[in-house]
Amino acid sequence: MSALISQLINLFASVILLLAFAMLSQRRIINLIHLYTWQGLAVVGSTTVVAYVTHQPHLYYSAALTLLLKVLLIPYFLHRLINRLNVRWDIETLFNIPTLMIIGIILVIFAFNVALPISRFSDTIAHGTLGIALACILLSFLMMITRAKAVPQVIGFLSMENALFLAATSATYGMPMVVELGIALDVLVGILISGVFMFQIREQFDSLDIRHLEKLKED
Amino acid sequence: MMLNWLSIDYVLLVIALWLGIGVAGVFALRRFRFVARVLFPLGGVGCLALAGAVLPMFGSTPDIAILPLGLPQLPFHLRLDGLSAFFLVLIGAVGAGISMFAAGYFRNGAGTPPGLLCLEYHVFLASMVLVVLADDAYAFMVAWETMALSSFFLVTANHKLPEVRQAGFLYLLIAHVGAIAILLCFGVLQANSGDYTFANMRAQSLSPAWASIAFILAVLGFGAKAGMLPLHVWLPEAHPAAPSPVSALMSGVMLKTAIYGLLRISFDLLDVHVWWWGGLLLALGLATAVFGVVFATVQTDMKRLLAYSSIENIGLLLAGIGLALIFHAYRMSALTALALTAVLYHAVSHAFFKSVLFLGTGSVLHATGERNLGRLGGLIRYMPWTAWLVLVGVFASSGLPPFSGFVAEWLLLQSFLFTPGLPDSFLNMFIPIVAAVIALVAALAGYAMVKFFGVIFLGQPREEKLKQARDAGFWEKGGMLWLAGWCIVLGLFPNLLIRLIDPVTVSLVGAGLGRSTTESNWLFLAPSSIERASFAPLLFLLGITAGCLIAFALVRVFYHGRLRRSPPWDCGHPWQNARMQDTAEGFGQPIRQIFSPFFRLKRHLPTPADSAPSYHVEVSDHFWHWLYLPVARGIEFLAALVGRLQQGRISIYLLYSFLTLLFMLFLVQR
Repeated sequence: MSALISQLINLFASVILLLAFAMLSQRRIINLIHLYTWQGLAVVGSTTVVAYVTHQPHLYYSAALTLLLKVLLIPYFLHRLINRLNVRWDIETLFNIPTLMIIGIILVIFAFNVALPISRFSDTIAHGTLGIALACILLSFLMMITRAKAVPQVIGFLSMENALFLAATSATYGMPMVVELGIALDVLVGILISGVFMFQIREQFDSLDIRHLEKLKED
Repeated sequence: MMLNWLSIDYVLLVIALWLGIGVAGVFALRRFRFVARVLFPLGGVGCLALAGAVLPMFGSTPDIAILPLGLPQLPFHLRLDGLSAFFLVLIGAVGAGISMFAAGYFRNGAGTPPGLLCLEYHVFLASMVLVVLADDAYAFMVAWETMALSSFFLVTANHKLPEVRQAGFLYLLIAHVGAIAILLCFGVLQANSGDYTFANMRAQSLSPAWASIAFILAVLGFGAKAGMLPLHVWLPEAHPAAPSPVSALMSGVMLKTAIYGLLRISFDLLDVHVWWWGGLLLALGLATAVFGVVFATVQTDMKRLLAYSSIENIGLLLAGIGLALIFHAYRMSALTALALTAVLYHAVSHAFFKSVLFLGTGSVLHATGERNLGRLGGLIRYMPWTAWLVLVGVFASSGLPPFSGFVAEWLLLQSFLFTPGLPDSFLNMFIPIVAAVIALVAALAGYAMVKFFGVIFLGQPREEKLKQARDAGFWEKGGMLWLAGWCIVLGLFPNLLIRLIDPVTVSLVGAGLGRSTTESNWLFLAPSSIERASFAPLLFLLGITAGCLIAFALVRVFYHGRLRRSPPWDCGHPWQNARMQDTAEGFGQPIRQIFSPFFRLKRHLPTPADSAPSYHVEVSDHFWHWLYLPVARGIEFLAALVGRLQQGRISIYLLYSFLTLLFMLFLVQR
């Protein structure tokens, strides 16, 4: 039973990692949002399983919160945003995709190496997933760096938050409820603010390309 | 209950009163008459109460108070001992006169509204008192920074003018450099014990090397506030920019808090003393004094002139402290006490006369709207009160008997003349030269003061509008009268003040001049013994008066005895006007020639063909080019290097944090 459950958690974690790679290689914004939704769902699944095994009620709450926020509310908001901004399709990356994949693989190896000594000391059931969570954080970060448009950057940021959540669940069975609520609120407010910000950027530069922001630099 | 109050409680009450006045000022932001006629005089009463409250403190055991203010577990420790009490009397006595003057000085107009000035002024006073009271590094630094900030806002009262903002920035910058040095000094003094109370610092004994580091940091930190070379540059900028009562308070009182800090650290908190500390301070002090006085003689702005004169006096004070440190290092406590007495006496004397002079320039500025000496003159006829009161300050400043400045300089020279007792032959040969330099400084100070008074008040008015100048009002006159009065009293009855200084030096170095002041009566001041050197100010005054009267009578009786008015220096010229008088530039010209290596001169000479010739000379300070500009250029270069990080691209910024994250993870893994 325990081996099965631990395999299940690992399965969810690897799905999240796979989705992170998919997001890194995805060129279309609408698909990015779909991938983000799926990633959220996988996080919910993994959290629920951990909650079931450990009988920790607060993990159920945080799973429900994640479901509400990251699977329903934020994707809905993002869909509305790209419809109104009319940027559903093409996006360009600063690097070509195969190179990014190779860099991503190197990052994953690095992350696993870093996480190994830490997860050895952890006695939680999901300790094996810490490396995956760290890898996801780095991959999302990489995605934020390599995208030239504002919406994919925001999605990268949100995906990084997912990965952080996964790391917290795997290492210590989640953060205190207060912290989790705070982070959830932060993400929600963050997405609202960046939505407004994107409208402003477009109004100013007639484009969502953040390279235009270079003009703001003071010489 | 009331009878159990300690002096320190009354002092805290005065601080509370000042803060209350400040808050009241905020509520009466634009109600100028209320602020000027009620709040400022009330603040002055607070000053008097302060001086009165601590007078019984001298010679008794220190009062201690702990205020549960600020951070948890870190209360304000306060302590009122002899040294603090002495400086509190100084703050109170000088502050009272300045507050009274300020009641008549501040006007409604451009810049900071009077209510806000009232807040800043009283917070400034309160923070100075707190600096003197503080008994731990935390309280000291809080008060010290409050003092710097409140005075910064007072300096920038006319913040609409760009040069005022510049002066304020320079002042704040150097104040912060100094504050960092002081903070580091306290860090060294607590000797890794983690306890920042002064009581703990007294208990620590440092190795000579660490003690020297602490001492040098203290000299740098307090020197920056006092105007020691080469950190003096803010003084000649900030003093002309500030309103006159503020200049008076800063020059007269705030600079003394730096002297207090230096004395507190070098004589109270540090228990080791190395002789070269004194030598260092002596050299720095002398350089500051000579530099200040030479620059004072060539200034053409009356408040800049006074600012340089303040630098000179701070130099004398530092030299005196240096001498005291030398004596102290050789355990010659009687001579240490003499040098310290001279320093403390000069601190008080300078506080009084420099305040009078700055306040006088304030009255002149109000009456004429001019700070430039080249456009003033002959004001003694239109502003007799101001002129005569300033004359008292000028006498004291030049060190003429029987005014307070003479006593201070006489004591200082006396202490220099006792150096043959030192066991080090090098010092024995060196210090008489120092005494000669001090005599030179005193003489040049007299020169600068003659120029200051002569160009402003004597001769003919150089501008037509000066004839409309009106004398200072009741409050301004009252404030100057109080301060000038003390210049005379302290000059005639020096033992009054020395009786206060005695317990201070006894508590610091274990000796005082008490024996001589009790043995010799009230008439004589004799620091060592009456046979060796003594000064009887009252007899001196009698002598001067008699001499003047005899000369007057002789002229009246034996000479023609008539008053004859005729144009001087006629030289066959058909007409004379006021522009033909000796000017400020002309008067300073010989000094500019003799001491030319001190200055960086820029002359603009007209060509012979010029139809409207004008002559213009700029005197600036070498230190700008030697020290400040290279430092500024270096910082700009470094800033440009750092600025290269800023590419303006979000991706690059994200990459920075990404790489940092990777690096940290790498470190964790190791």
